[in-house]
Amino acid sequence: MVREIRYPLKQRDVKGLKVGDVIKYTGTLVTARDKAHQRLIELYKRGEKPPVELRDGAIIHCGPIARREKDTWNIISAGPTTSYRMEEYTFDLIRQSGLRLIIGKGGMGEKTAEACKKYKVIYCAFTGGASVVAVEAIKEVENVFWLQELGMPEAIWVFKVKDFGPLVVTIDAEGNNLTKEVIEKAKESFD
Amino acid sequence: MVETSDLLEDAVFLLVKKAVTELPDDVVTALKKALERETNEVARLQLETMLRNVELAKKLQHPICQDTGTLIFFVEVGYDFPFKREVEPAIVNAVKKATREVPLRSNTVEPFTGKNSGTNIGGHIPWVDWSFVEGDECRITVLPKGGGSENGSALKMFNPTVSLEEVKRFIVNHVVELGGRVCPPGVVGVGIGGGGDIALKLAKKSLLRPIGDRNKDKNVADLEVDLFDRLNKTGVGPMGLGGDTTVLDVRIEVADRHPASFPVGIVMQCWVDRKASMVLTGNGKVIW
Repeated sequence: MVREIRYPLKQRDVKGLKVGDVIKYTGTLVTARDKAHQRLIELYKRGEKPPVELRDGAIIHCGPIARREKDTWNIISAGPTTSYRMEEYTFDLIRQSGLRLIIGKGGMGEKTAEACKKYKVIYCAFTGGASVVAVEAIKEVENVFWLQELGMPEAIWVFKVKDFGPLVVTIDAEGNNLTKEVIEKAKESFD
Repeated sequence: MVETSDLLEDAVFLLVKKAVTELPDDVVTALKKALERETNEVARLQLETMLRNVELAKKLQHPICQDTGTLIFFVEVGYDFPFKREVEPAIVNAVKKATREVPLRSNTVEPFTGKNSGTNIGGHIPWVDWSFVEGDECRITVLPKGGGSENGSALKMFNPTVSLEEVKRFIVNHVVELGGRVCPPGVVGVGIGGGGDIALKLAKKSLLRPIGDRNKDKNVADLEVDLFDRLNKTGVGPMGLGGDTTVLDVRIEVADRHPASFPVGIVMQCWVDRKASMVLTGNGKVIW
């Protein structure tokens, strides 16, 4: 069964979810990849606020292809990027921002799992490369920040999404980590 | 009369567009077969989503993946092909046009400042790999290579006394450790011998072969099959979330080596195993 969750996300929305569960998300979805993570952490360190509210919200590790048509941005392609690259920033980002859902692909490591458990956050995998399926669920581009400085892939895009998914819970709010389990089992298979 | 340079530029533009919007049939078939035999529900969902995405991208003529990659061209040019000079400028202009019009994501950033050129043109990029062949034709193949899978590249300079079993375990272990980061199930390209750069080059070139194409050398072909079987028994599965298919193919290319070296290069390709090829004839026609 596919569970549906909506913005704003409270602890109770994610607490019952277990690794392997499939969900869809509706609400505000903010993109952030390498450079954006680095900048967000620097902002928090200086005591400043991010350009968009992340509390009880969702981010996606994604650098989309967008096209400007008159006054609006159209998203052409917008799948997830490899989440591991954001591992070193994620504990601090979760702690500082109060976000509740991280969407990416490929899985994340120990420190993220620890933060998910401590702050009741989940990390979900969206099928890598499935960027046209993703576009179907993006209803509107609400805003874009840092476009000039960071370029299209690294900018922070703010999407309104409806039934964004399918998302597989890969780290749950208890800190269970599906991709870690899969790799450990795989290693046992040939050791 | 249409200038050959314009014709070439238009043809390369269409080649790039085709490569990023339409997955080759052999890859689609391999994904469908993987779905048929998959027993894990989460894995089935991944494969179904991939196949739905491929259909949508083709229908809408949108890039299959938002990472339209670094554009790498392999040009096999005939000694008697009359338009050798026109090839490289046509590639550069076609890439600029494709970036604007397909559109592609601009993935070309200056290495130190990270400044994005916005055009997919930069130092040495697009990369063009030239080789010379008999005849008056020119084959151009484009490989839009995604960053996630490229980050799974590896080079190991083994001692020459290494056993084949150790080499196999190195490859299997490397692919397992990468898990979902390289968007499995894709292709593992392996180059053995030559030297560090040559092993990696051979590994990347092997990605141009179709799914199921076995090396002509029987011993190397057996090694490909053995690694394919071992990797698909690991259970890493589609997107590293567990399942029965971890790789669609394993391909190995071999060069002779220095007696002191045993280089093994690995280049990973994601499930969006994109590439497209065309031939330009000596009288200016394009064969798709």
